[in-house]
Amino acid sequence: MSITKEDVQHLAKLSSISISEEQIEPLMKDLDSIVNYFSQLDELDTDGVEPTYQCFEMQNVWRDDEIEEFEANREDLLALTVESEDNQIKVPKVL
Amino acid sequence: MKIADKNTKAVELVRDALDKAKKFEAYHCFISMNEARALERAREIDKKIAKGEPVGRLAGVPFALKDNYLSRDGNTTAAARMLEDFAAPITATAVKRLEAEGAIVIGRTNLDAFAHGGSTENSYFGVTHNSADMERVSGGSSGGSAVAVALGIVPFALGSDTGGSIRQPASFNGVYGVKPTYGAVSRYGVVAMASSTDTMGCFATTAEDADLIMKIMAGKDEKDSTTLDDYWTKDLDEITPKKKKIGLITDFMGEGVDKEVVSIVKDYAKKLEKVGFEIEEVKLPIAKYALAIYYIVQPAEVASNLSRYDGIRYGHRAAEFDDLAGLYNNTRDEGFMTENKRRIMIGNFVLSSGFYDAYYLKAQKARTLLINGYNELLEKYDALLCPVAPNPAFKIGENTSDPLKMYLEDVMTVPTSLTGMPSVSVPAGKTKAGLPVGVQLIGQRRDDQLLLSIAKTVEEQA
Repeated sequence: MSITKEDVQHLAKLSSISISEEQIEPLMKDLDSIVNYFSQLDELDTDGVEPTYQCFEMQNVWRDDEIEEFEANREDLLALTVESEDNQIKVPKVL
Repeated sequence: MKIADKNTKAVELVRDALDKAKKFEAYHCFISMNEARALERAREIDKKIAKGEPVGRLAGVPFALKDNYLSRDGNTTAAARMLEDFAAPITATAVKRLEAEGAIVIGRTNLDAFAHGGSTENSYFGVTHNSADMERVSGGSSGGSAVAVALGIVPFALGSDTGGSIRQPASFNGVYGVKPTYGAVSRYGVVAMASSTDTMGCFATTAEDADLIMKIMAGKDEKDSTTLDDYWTKDLDEITPKKKKIGLITDFMGEGVDKEVVSIVKDYAKKLEKVGFEIEEVKLPIAKYALAIYYIVQPAEVASNLSRYDGIRYGHRAAEFDDLAGLYNNTRDEGFMTENKRRIMIGNFVLSSGFYDAYYLKAQKARTLLINGYNELLEKYDALLCPVAPNPAFKIGENTSDPLKMYLEDVMTVPTSLTGMPSVSVPAGKTKAGLPVGVQLIGQRRDDQLLLSIAKTVEEQA
């Protein structure tokens, strides 16, 4: 096993997902078999090969910093949140 | 494809599609319908036609949207509890362009939640059934759209393809499925999955129809900086293949591939010979590594893209939590399906310190080797031919207990997702049991129309 119960709990924390005790075991089994599958890449010699992070042909795409018309207005956007007040989204106390 | 004119009313086209959607309800293609608004749009188009006003190239043509395309009509759920009540405040560029040509959305189709899956079994709203066999899967993740076109409910439907999500369900249901060159169609207003391989395409019943739909959707969009300049501009009949040679990828024709699938691909190769192509068997040893590369790169991008679902600005919010962290964690536990969680966690694993070089960086280097492998072949051939999937549609429930087994379904489609090359799933035959099987034509970037022109030639002449 390359993925342990502690790894699953750590990854759940990194992923901001609460997972119940009964979710841990199956996730551990699944993640372990997936990660083991990756090991076949060790057969490939990638020394000196440049990585490809994206395969479109551009680098930076610039535009002027101008305010443009947008199809949604403030009310549309605030309507999507569970709670808002005075044009602001309400969240639980942070500090 | 029927288009509204003086003799054919848009209202009739739309009503017919809505009636068929009801008739085939048991297949569960749709998550929601857009009936009232669709009929209203159809009446507007009929009025314009009566007045002799211009109505566009797709006047009154009903179509279906994969439920990860945002539009201001109804909710965009991505088939996930997380977005069950999400009424999008914007409309996707692709949808706007089709609507501007008179096409009319009649409903939103089912998918694997957040497009994570290859069978549409992983939807919060239940499974979609295969158009040829109710006990089998539709394929996925764009399963609902593929089945809606295969059943003749709509002449075309939209899908998204990140690792095969248009091509595989197209194959399983016997329709055309176009995954374009990366950057051909704007992704603006589509729920993001893996940003370096997400592409927007369509299902249709002929190469000509598919070409028209793609032509309308494709092109530069300021709201998606990865979009390419307009190159999708020709008529299919104007295109002449330069080399008259097609390579058959033998690595995908051997062990583990269904015998009937192999024979259907070989039959298609014979048809290509009949219309004047030389077929050569080619080897692509790097291709077998594509699946491992993809299942490192894609979850890494999924983990990043899905971090936006925090229960604060939009989407589901858990009812119970102790503090802000609890709000995030409980919301994400409730809002995501198990497969979504697996991918987010795998993504965070391959990106985490200590594993980044061994997995993520290694995969991105291997991706370069994969691209080189395809480029070398496409210097010699107009296109490459291979199966879409190792098998026809499998039984519902057959692969759900083993995620890796489900991932192996993608082995022939993920390579060109990683290389950004266009790939078209072309309906090619049926198994003895009557299950549809498609073949995959792969081309160099921007050669999308060449692929469709080849398919059209076979469709009409072989």
